[in-house]
Amino acid sequence: MDLFNAVIQVLDSTIRLSVPLLLACLAGLYSERAGIFDIGLEGKMLVGAFAGAAAASVFHSAYLGLGMAILISVAFALVHGFASITHRGNQIVSGVAINFIAAGSTIMLGQAWFQQGGRTPALSSDERFGAIIWPGADALRSVPILGPIYSELISGHSVLVYVAFLAVPFTWWVLFRTRFGLRMRAVGENPAAVDTAGISVAWLRYRALICTGVLTGIAGAYLSMVQNGGFVKDMTAGKGYIALAALIFAKWKPVNAMFACLLFGFLDALSIRLQGTPLPLIGKVPVQLMQALPYILTVILLAGFIGKAIPPRAGGVPYVKER
Amino acid sequence: MSTPYAKLPAWADYGLIPVINLLVAFVVAGFVVLLVGENPFRAAAVLVEGAFGRGQGIAFTLFYATTFIFSGLSVAVAAHCGLFNIGGEGQGYIAGLGIGIVCLAFDSVLPWWLTFPIAIIAAAAMGALWALIPAYLQAKRGSHIVITTIMFNFIAASVMVRALVGYLKPPASMAPQTRTFLEGAQLPKLNWVIELFGAKIRSAPFNISFLLALAMAFLVWVLIWRTRLGYEMRTYGHSSKAARYAGISETRIIIIAMMISGALAGMMALNPTMGDQHNVALEFVSGAGFVGIAVALMGRLHPVGIVLAAILFGMLYQGGAELAFEMPAISRDMIVIIQGLVILFAGALEHMFRPYVQALFASLSPRSVGMEAVKGKGA
Repeated sequence: MDLFNAVIQVLDSTIRLSVPLLLACLAGLYSERAGIFDIGLEGKMLVGAFAGAAAASVFHSAYLGLGMAILISVAFALVHGFASITHRGNQIVSGVAINFIAAGSTIMLGQAWFQQGGRTPALSSDERFGAIIWPGADALRSVPILGPIYSELISGHSVLVYVAFLAVPFTWWVLFRTRFGLRMRAVGENPAAVDTAGISVAWLRYRALICTGVLTGIAGAYLSMVQNGGFVKDMTAGKGYIALAALIFAKWKPVNAMFACLLFGFLDALSIRLQGTPLPLIGKVPVQLMQALPYILTVILLAGFIGKAIPPRAGGVPYVKER
Repeated sequence: MSTPYAKLPAWADYGLIPVINLLVAFVVAGFVVLLVGENPFRAAAVLVEGAFGRGQGIAFTLFYATTFIFSGLSVAVAAHCGLFNIGGEGQGYIAGLGIGIVCLAFDSVLPWWLTFPIAIIAAAAMGALWALIPAYLQAKRGSHIVITTIMFNFIAASVMVRALVGYLKPPASMAPQTRTFLEGAQLPKLNWVIELFGAKIRSAPFNISFLLALAMAFLVWVLIWRTRLGYEMRTYGHSSKAARYAGISETRIIIIAMMISGALAGMMALNPTMGDQHNVALEFVSGAGFVGIAVALMGRLHPVGIVLAAILFGMLYQGGAELAFEMPAISRDMIVIIQGLVILFAGALEHMFRPYVQALFASLSPRSVGMEAVKGKGA
């Protein structure tokens, strides 16, 4: 029974840890499917986290915080669009720039406005997204096996967790069952064909980037308003890059993205859980190896040793209309 | 863009446009300063004063610039070959492992002038090795170099934590860093050069690796513009198809370019470890590898430009420290914002102002942009 409880706990923290990855990964999916590389996921998440926590603590409302997180994150996405769509700049360079501006400005503005060393004030419970307890969760807790699964794993998360997991089927539906999705995939594979059909490549790509901004904003809000009661500097800590890795791991497909993010979240939860405890057969696994595993797996996948990851064909190439 | 890309005179292309981009970046940074309620002009004055006002400041500026020259050159060499090496951070970090082993082994037996060359080789070799795997995967398996080098940055971070905590730190110590290097692995200071001009320096870590950086800048210039290999790299960078048609081996050129780039990134680790802290600590690279991207873009991938841009960024780092001291509302992170803005305007948006500059030149004197003046219709 102890083992069972331990498993439930690890799975529960897996869900909590994979939510920001999942949101950022789906965000990257929109832009990369539309042919815009986005290594600025990290930065957009960070500004989202900061704007969310700052607005929530000033206006005392979690939902205003979320709105501000999305707004600022979309604004950064539009800057990326302005550089890489309108001015056909290098998308990688633009993404790097956004990460730097985000890292610097969140700390500096946070320090100037709140004077707590780059933190935002600690959020009270009504300024955060609280846990939603599902009906009967407490009553069923004592039921063996199914009780803990229902009350720990399924119930008791914040609304953003459910949003993240609902975003998976929604993204699948948008991508494969709507006209916008079809065109977005087309613009990532062959923008010239989309242009010939009389559809604006630039506007389509801008719309994809707005979707990216919305999702990274939610991811940031989750970090600062659910996982943590306030913004801490550099709180994304490379999650944007792990999300990018998960996106490649998922071969740019939404359902795969969910499993990739759950896998990476699971590795993270396990490494926290196993710190210092030796495993049977393997012995003590260095925690650094566990932390590096998502990156190592991604490199191995990219090298084509576990299937082949083929990115959208027009990814990273600015579209130049023929003259 | 209906105006054709007419050629600009060289001074405008290499001087005017970067200056305009830089100015715009600083104007936007000025707005950020306004946003936190300080005067941007006074901030700029404090920054320049802090960087160049006293000998102490100049020495620190050049100390920071040393690291940035290496990382800028690293990015530039790869970029000439059409590759974006975003892994300078990891390559420099892992080079600290080589430096640490060499210094711990030799600092008690050899003088610095023997330890230094061995450490240079170790740093370059480790950096090159760390770039080799992404290069090989790009050349042979087609995996995207940007993604793999980012992943290798994180893997390097884990490896270094493991190495420092598990092997390199003295057993009795808790701090994850090597013991302090002895005399035999401490680089001599160059502060006396600045003191020749009459300035007083209390203590500054400006050291001999600055000369190594300048030598590397010269060698990179020779490599890129004066050797067959450099020509092949530039050819591949302009058009991989043309290079293949000309019989240049794709695998060979990618791997060589990335290894040179990695070696330069690795050498960047010499300055903070042997030159300043006299140990190898966690996170000692602290973002210098990423600054290289901004430096290379600002310097338009030319060694002379890179040295100048590195000094500019050294100035920002040193002046920024003074600024944070003088104006409490502005933290050192202002530099990170400026860095990001420079990368945005000098890199991603480098062509934003070009059409306007071209239009201006065309209206002032058509000949300067290579267009024949239209006879009889007025210019």
